Amino acid sequence: MSLMYSNEQKELIALVKEMAENEIKPFVQECDEKGECPRELFKPAFDMGLHMLEIPAEYGGTGLSYETTAMIFEELAKVDAGYAITLVTTFVALRNVILSGTPEQGKYFADVIGKGNFAGFALTEPNAGSDPAAMRGTAVKDGDDYIINASKTFITNGAIASLFVVFAKTKPEAGAKGISAFIVDADAPGIIVGNHENKMGLRLSNTTDLTLENVRVPASSMVGPEGSGFKLALNALNLSRAFVATLAVGIMQRALDEAVKYAKERKQFGEPLIKFQMVQQMLADMAIKTEASRVLVNNTMRLMDNGSLVRKEGSITKAFVSDCAQEVTSNAVQIFGGYGYSKEYPVEKLMRDCKVFQIFEGANQIQRMTIAGVLEKEYK
Amino acid sequence: MNIVVCVKQVPDTTEIKIDPVKNTLIREGVPSIVNPFDKNAIEQALQLKELYGGTVTAISMGPNQAKSSLRIALSMGADKAYLVTDRAFGGSDTYATSYILSKVIEKLGPFDVILGGIQAIDGDTGQTCTSIAEHMGVNRLSYVLDMKMDGDKVVVRRMVEEGVEIVESKLPILVTLTKVSNKPRYATIRGKIDSLKAEIEEIHLTDLPDMDTTKIGLKGSPTRVKATFTPKRQACGEIIELINPKDTAKALVGKLLEAKIL
Amino acid sequence: MNLEQYKDVWVFIECFQGQPKDVGLELLGQGRKLADSLEQKLCAVVIGKDVDTAIKAANDFGADKVYVVQGEEYKDYTSEAYGHAFLKLIHKYRPNTLLIGATIKGRELGSEIAVSLRTGLTADCTALSIEEETGNVVWERPAFGGNLYAQILCSETRPQMGTCRPGVFKKQEKNEKNQAEIIRENIRVDAAYIITKVVDFIKSSDVSGIKLEEAEYIVSGGRGMKNPENFEMLKELADVLGGAVGCSRAVVDAGWMPQTMQVGQTGKTVSPKVYIACGISGAVQHVAGMSSSDTIIAINKDATAPIFEVADYCIVGDLFQVLPELIKEIRLAKNM
Repeated sequence: MSLMYSNEQKELIALVKEMAENEIKPFVQECDEKGECPRELFKPAFDMGLHMLEIPAEYGGTGLSYETTAMIFEELAKVDAGYAITLVTTFVALRNVILSGTPEQGKYFADVIGKGNFAGFALTEPNAGSDPAAMRGTAVKDGDDYIINASKTFITNGAIASLFVVFAKTKPEAGAKGISAFIVDADAPGIIVGNHENKMGLRLSNTTDLTLENVRVPASSMVGPEGSGFKLALNALNLSRAFVATLAVGIMQRALDEAVKYAKERKQFGEPLIKFQMVQQMLADMAIKTEASRVLVNNTMRLMDNGSLVRKEGSITKAFVSDCAQEVTSNAVQIFGGYGYSKEYPVEKLMRDCKVFQIFEGANQIQRMTIAGVLEKEYK
Repeated sequence: MNIVVCVKQVPDTTEIKIDPVKNTLIREGVPSIVNPFDKNAIEQALQLKELYGGTVTAISMGPNQAKSSLRIALSMGADKAYLVTDRAFGGSDTYATSYILSKVIEKLGPFDVILGGIQAIDGDTGQTCTSIAEHMGVNRLSYVLDMKMDGDKVVVRRMVEEGVEIVESKLPILVTLTKVSNKPRYATIRGKIDSLKAEIEEIHLTDLPDMDTTKIGLKGSPTRVKATFTPKRQACGEIIELINPKDTAKALVGKLLEAKIL
Repeated sequence: MNLEQYKDVWVFIECFQGQPKDVGLELLGQGRKLADSLEQKLCAVVIGKDVDTAIKAANDFGADKVYVVQGEEYKDYTSEAYGHAFLKLIHKYRPNTLLIGATIKGRELGSEIAVSLRTGLTADCTALSIEEETGNVVWERPAFGGNLYAQILCSETRPQMGTCRPGVFKKQEKNEKNQAEIIRENIRVDAAYIITKVVDFIKSSDVSGIKLEEAEYIVSGGRGMKNPENFEMLKELADVLGGAVGCSRAVVDAGWMPQTMQVGQTGKTVSPKVYIACGISGAVQHVAGMSSSDTIIAINKDATAPIFEVADYCIVGDLFQVLPELIKEIRLAKNM
């Protein structure tokens, strides 16, 4: 593979690979069928510290670079992207509280997650997907508290998180600038977790609606100044966008691995499939897209490690990589032929898993609008 | 409680193939791994440390590349690691190897518990650790499933062919662990990173001044290898392959009855 | 050390709860061959509290002499007591060769004696012979998981020692007419010297019916069985044959069957009359544990599986189709 891995990175990837293949992989098919992942399956990940990889040491994390963290998550995604995204969502939420909140808030959040718990990000609403500024959730000041009323939807880790970062309007009339962010405990009275979404893919990832009915939170739980919620959300998306791209690379690599192995074994017309030029072309294009995606993700991570906000690069990465993944996984199924369509073989799941990468974290159409907007500003 | 674990780096013998033409072992491309049973020993050491405090020291006798196995012990949670290496140690059989290791353990000690795996998957003798116990004059129990302290007594459950024995003894003690004893933990990311940077001290013959050099190396080994060979392959026996399973089964039983095997 | 002063082949008759274990009796057979080659005597060593059954067995399986050390302190095996007694015997009688069964305790005892005497010990021997010119025993044993065999010599010291796996050698014919010389040695060990106490013993619960090591017919399953439930089929076949069920390491690793059922280099060594390997690829580690079976039958759908290199009867096919038929046919043949 095309990156220049340091020795440390190689060792960490090998460690995660060993754990994931032995402890998680054997259960993936069953969990995918059931659409749920038992909590115990996350124990090896928590024990290894995979939920706090790039969290700074003073908050109990390992303090790895974004670059190395992304490599580890790519490896995890090869086994199951839904499992990986459960951890990504958790540490992204924590990271953003540390970045935008007070040290006390960061410590509080980190202590909970550090013990082996999940976090969620409650931004999206039924009427506010691509357009989060249109959200209707409110947070009304009441003495030293705020009372939050909101209906959130498609919340990753909705049923399993111990903490949420909830976005609601403290000033409904102010549009985007009226949104504020709050840390909310999952067991706060008034939180109603809806049913688990029966999804096409990423079925090991828990996704639910989340309703907040008169949920009372202290004013000290507001993250950042009042009205800074939208900015916080965008910063969070910058980070998570790059990380979902690394998960998509993991899915693609898995698809490529399975497809090449199959093409070498399966014989038709007296020859293994890999001897046929059209199959070769498909495999080559899959490899091209996977490698290019990996390098793009890696570069974006390095920019982030260097302090860059990656507004354009993150969008480019996410849009490009998720579009590639669609094609790569679809061709993997194609190469497997009829067997590829069967759940007995691993590739149809990869195709199902990667579709959502074109949708969430900002649909690819929105990504292109963002890129175009930045381009417009770049040229005088 | 101070614990020392004996670790060996071995080729992954499940991956070794035999060259069908030369009848020799093909070792290239065979990965070097921590002897699997030694990982069970490291895990036991870490569990004892979690219960009773103290330190876990890993030692390995081998060439420089054995340091990577010691790093794995560190990444799992061992506190210190030492590589025992010297040309003078080369060619040692189990008597000599166990003598050398016993001198190292004496030097680094005193230790309450000495742990190892039941056997190394290359030599397969299962003798080295129990021999260390005899050199040191400490008690030994092999095939231990678990161990704990009860006052000043150590209580172990250990396998025997007929079942499981519960045995009491006193410290210091040498214990060997097997695959079913425990599930060795994975390193943490932090542990792995730190282990890659760790200094692994080397112990040479000159660091062991009271070593009796007549007991080490080829000359100090009471056994020596006369010859080695790969297991003989024979031509395939009788193939029974008929169209349907019923006929196949019938044919097989027929032949077994004929040969008076049934 | 004057090697000439060391005479006779000794075999340790390990006992459990007063009963001699088969391995010591198997080794008497091998010991006889070595003793005859050396033109020396075959002696059994019995240590324990209740020793009569063992003494008789040692006699019946061919010992010329039986050294006996008896006492309450030898009721359970402890390395302190047994090591002490053995070393005293060796110092007094100077045996040439010592064979010990490679059981868990036997291997501990072997190391203890060999290191104490600074003599050579070879582990897990599968074949023994004598070097004509020197009188050295050639100890042949597997290494590298069974991929390599080595011949070892202990040429400068005595006794030359080896442990041998249970089930590798066969017991000779019983001869109750034999009249071994019984030599009782009064070697006692002070209770204070023994710091190891066996406080409890839990019999293996999954050893039901016939023990794997003693079974004449073994039906063994590997990964090809696909899941633990399918082992019921193997149990049925074993029952029809009057035998036991074994398995490969892969099956134990997958958690389907307990380790006590494992046949192989790190499991049990067996030499039944018939060994039927179902869905077992035949890795050397497994073969090392069953290659001395009288007849090996292998059923595997992969024609290139290495098990077919050791099998006497090779069935390339789907075991899920062949086995039910095989069970039917054998029932028929036995009029069951």
